[in-house]
Amino acid sequence: MSARGEGYPRRMKTSQKTDDRDTGANLTSPVMAAFKVFQQELDTKHDKHERLVKLSRDITIESKRTIFLLHRVTSVPDVEEVLTEADLKLDGVRLNIRMIAEELRGEDLHQFHRAFTPGIQEYVEAVSFHHFIRHRTLISLEEINTKLVFVKEPEDTPESQQPMGTPQVLTFQVTPTDYLLGVADLTGELMRMCISSVGNGDMDTPFQVSMFLRQIHDGFSYIGNTGPYEVSKKLHTLRQSLSKVEDACYTLKVRGSEIPKHMLADVFSSRTAMMDQDEGMA
Amino acid sequence: MEKLEGLPVTPFMDRDKDIRKVVQVLEQTAREILTLLQSVHQPSGFKEIPSKCQKARELFCTVRTHLGELKTKFPVDQYYRFHEHWRFVLQRLAFLAAFVVYLESESLVTREEVAQILGIEVVREKGFHLDVEDYLAGVLIMASELSRLAVNSVTAGDYSRPLRISNFINELDSGFRLLNLKNDPLRKRYDGLKYDVKKIEEVVYDLSIRGLSKELEAGGDK
Repeated sequence: MSARGEGYPRRMKTSQKTDDRDTGANLTSPVMAAFKVFQQELDTKHDKHERLVKLSRDITIESKRTIFLLHRVTSVPDVEEVLTEADLKLDGVRLNIRMIAEELRGEDLHQFHRAFTPGIQEYVEAVSFHHFIRHRTLISLEEINTKLVFVKEPEDTPESQQPMGTPQVLTFQVTPTDYLLGVADLTGELMRMCISSVGNGDMDTPFQVSMFLRQIHDGFSYIGNTGPYEVSKKLHTLRQSLSKVEDACYTLKVRGSEIPKHMLADVFSSRTAMMDQDEGMA
Repeated sequence: MEKLEGLPVTPFMDRDKDIRKVVQVLEQTAREILTLLQSVHQPSGFKEIPSKCQKARELFCTVRTHLGELKTKFPVDQYYRFHEHWRFVLQRLAFLAAFVVYLESESLVTREEVAQILGIEVVREKGFHLDVEDYLAGVLIMASELSRLAVNSVTAGDYSRPLRISNFINELDSGFRLLNLKNDPLRKRYDGLKYDVKKIEEVVYDLSIRGLSKELEAGGDK
């Protein structure tokens, strides 16, 4: 206890407020020692957050590139080649997702969700686009998550607590919300694909896309406002995409019979120019 | 589309409602504790500090019960998914716990002590826990309360308390300077601390130039 009486419970050298925050003298009190611990905890958390943000950005970039690649299927003869190349790119993305899973090992993923959600949504968009081109159906959340189960070889884990030879399984599971948001963004790409396929004289794809888009739209309408806020926001853009696609199909139907195929491309290239102007989507 | 309809987005709306109900009850209890402790700012309140702290601790029993109930409303490993629901009230409760402990012992409550008062954990893996940032937010709220207390102490005729509060807050400020904060709500709240420090320094200055604090030092050893 201080000799000055019980009014001064803490020894604080007020004259010694230096700029060097970690001076030994300052760290002797319990309060300062406690804050040193808080500093370390917060730094660790922020560092992890930053690593996840970087991974998310890489995933976003590579997924976007994959989507651009996939759009080429409407204008090249060999669709399989494009799909195979896209597969390779997506494998690369999955490596990054695996690293996210590593970072999140033992953590509450919702604490860091904001860091990696943009990348994951972009990945869902890319992978569901790929799936639609090949199968003409919507990939399910389960199918997406099946591909995100990573098996660790025993040699990778020096301090593994598993018995020798047992591989460790690491998973990253996309949440239903991220899945929905990724699928919502997919509809924008589908709309573009529809318009460009029409411009190339493809008479089948536009109607397939239109039907598919309508089903997705109906699903989202069913969820309506009961889902997370971000999902309802996307519904508006989705309606616009659907409307553009339905208009394109209408034009194809009404005027397709009266215009020779080779001239159809011209009709749609002018319409496409008009539509692209009022598109606000990324 | 079955694939979309089957997705579990709606069940969480019910869980949210359940959580909100318990949080509202918690907020009510927090308000009661606050009303009780606010009375220390009045001149008459100073003498009654020990009994008020005692009563506050009794009210914290109720808080423990409600938090125990809150824990049951969601899966234990999804704390951060629902964290936003109770973040505000938990920070309030951390502040109230810190304030009670300060009034009792003029020391900074530890994170462990707050968790004990609230009947929750400190470490996430052990269960419903007190996040370090919520603890720190509670401490900062208390700092504002103490700057107000310094002012009212003088009005009530207690000239020594502001000096003690000043030392306490200055040490707190040094502690916070150790932290590398991001541009988040905690950082913004911390930015307010310097105004509390300044306000208290002015009180101390007013006392010392008028010789009021010297009077006390000369006069007694309490």
